Amino acid sequence: MQNISALNRSESWRSFWMATWLGWQIESNWTDPFLFAVYSIVKPLASAGILVVMYTVIAKGNFNTPIFPYIYFGNAFYIYVGAVMSGISWAVIDDREHYKTLKYMYIAPIHIPAYWLGRGVARFLTGSIAVVITIAFGALFLQVPLDLAKVDWPLFFVSLFTGIAMLAMMGLILASITLLIAHHFFLIGEAVAGALYLFSGAIFPLDVLPAWLRPVGFAIPITYWLELMRRSLVGNVAQAFPTLSHFSNLQLVGILVGLSVIFGIASTFIFRFCDYRARERGLIDRVSNY
Amino acid sequence: MATGSNPLASLPVEKASGWKLFLKTVIARAYPRIIGQQREKSWVFFDIFLPMLAISSYVFVYRAIGASEDYVGFVVIGGAMTAFWLNIMWSMSSQLYWEKEQGNLALYIMAPNSMMAVLLGMAVGGMFATLLRAVVIILLGSWFFHVQYVVVNFFQLLAVFFISMTALYGMGMMSASLFLLLSREADHLAQLAMEPVYLVSGMYFPIKAFSFWIAAAASIIPLTLGLDAMRQLVFQSGATLGFLSVTVELTILSILCVSFLIGARALLAYMEKLAIREGRLTESRR
Repeated sequence: MQNISALNRSESWRSFWMATWLGWQIESNWTDPFLFAVYSIVKPLASAGILVVMYTVIAKGNFNTPIFPYIYFGNAFYIYVGAVMSGISWAVIDDREHYKTLKYMYIAPIHIPAYWLGRGVARFLTGSIAVVITIAFGALFLQVPLDLAKVDWPLFFVSLFTGIAMLAMMGLILASITLLIAHHFFLIGEAVAGALYLFSGAIFPLDVLPAWLRPVGFAIPITYWLELMRRSLVGNVAQAFPTLSHFSNLQLVGILVGLSVIFGIASTFIFRFCDYRARERGLIDRVSNY
Repeated sequence: MATGSNPLASLPVEKASGWKLFLKTVIARAYPRIIGQQREKSWVFFDIFLPMLAISSYVFVYRAIGASEDYVGFVVIGGAMTAFWLNIMWSMSSQLYWEKEQGNLALYIMAPNSMMAVLLGMAVGGMFATLLRAVVIILLGSWFFHVQYVVVNFFQLLAVFFISMTALYGMGMMSASLFLLLSREADHLAQLAMEPVYLVSGMYFPIKAFSFWIAAAASIIPLTLGLDAMRQLVFQSGATLGFLSVTVELTILSILCVSFLIGARALLAYMEKLAIREGRLTESRR
């Protein structure tokens, strides 16, 4: 009975839900829970640790400057970019080249974009654990100014969910492009994430970039998303930097929503195009053995 | 099979043994590392582009917090060295696991050559190919960010580089034997050895920032002392920010070098036996 009711659900929802479960199994069952917990904690803390030590060496341990929480929160929330965006696109290579199941996914009664988005949910969950641990560590041990009573929670949740949706759409675009490329281009996800890390002002204000590079940062929705996340948690700190200070919170939300809608529409068309090309060129079951 | 129709089949095959076989195996395994990695242009691009992105981000962080320009140089050198660590983790440590996944590992074991020669070939080829990328990263980084170098002792610098690379690749050979037993977890463990190693080995800051004992413990990774010594030898403020004197660091690196090479040989022999006994050479747990 359960199986019949599962089949009666809408194709997209069913695909998304089953892919979420599958993604979680793949992400988590490669080892025992202890090592998985260590893996989930150590990596993000080490990544934050590099920036903390760099800052400490120069600032001689003075954490009470606006730039420190700017760097710390930007780096913490950027974990979502790698997790969600690269996670969704990696599912294509994982299924096609590693498990060799992409062709079976294509002939199964599932909705492929919804399936990919579902595969990204597991990375979103592990990413969320990493974000929470990183921020908690900063607040407890590094004097990161976080007062839960002063957090603008409505702005926080609106920004968080809009941002995650935007990242998912970007991931879908990357996944669609990945359909057309061979396995040995597997670093494309990392390259995009690395470029966005640099240009979105995740760990330094955009004003530090050379003037001719700043427009790239202003064109990236992640710039606005990270600013909103900082403002919702530590409003006065985020507004100390001139980069986006002339925008109100509402304007930033508007820009983020607008760009997310644009990416959403673009992802639909790019998926249709790449999907058609991949079928036409016989790339769905291509295995390059790298 | 009509082997008689193949003109090459009638040619005499020169069979090597002993040290000649060892040397031929090293060259044969190094060849795809040196030539093959240059053929795939996207890899050359990504191998240079990705560290450059990280370098640029960390340089701008230092500029945002008002650090002196020597720290920019520290980041450029550290960023170039990440190319070697990436090569160690993905092309040395994980290699035998990948060979197992592809079904080649059993062929390596069956062939009458030494596995140590295979690992050495991977190391030599990987080191050379990565050196080319690291040089490009340093040149580009120095050009983009106007890094000034003041080389104190060029011969000592060369000695530090080659001894730390030998120790590092010796460590890579050891970890390759450990990865021989791994399966799906290999990728994750290699991932786990990225940021934590960048942190403890001081890729982007002087290792002296840590307490003595943490820095001493981190020195088990040859990059830690290698980087520290190189920075002392090429930057104006390097000596004041150094952890130990260059001579002491060179001595410790030499000890690590010998220990890792001997360790790699012993560990490889042990792991190979263990993998054969437990039937893990051909398993493929996806």
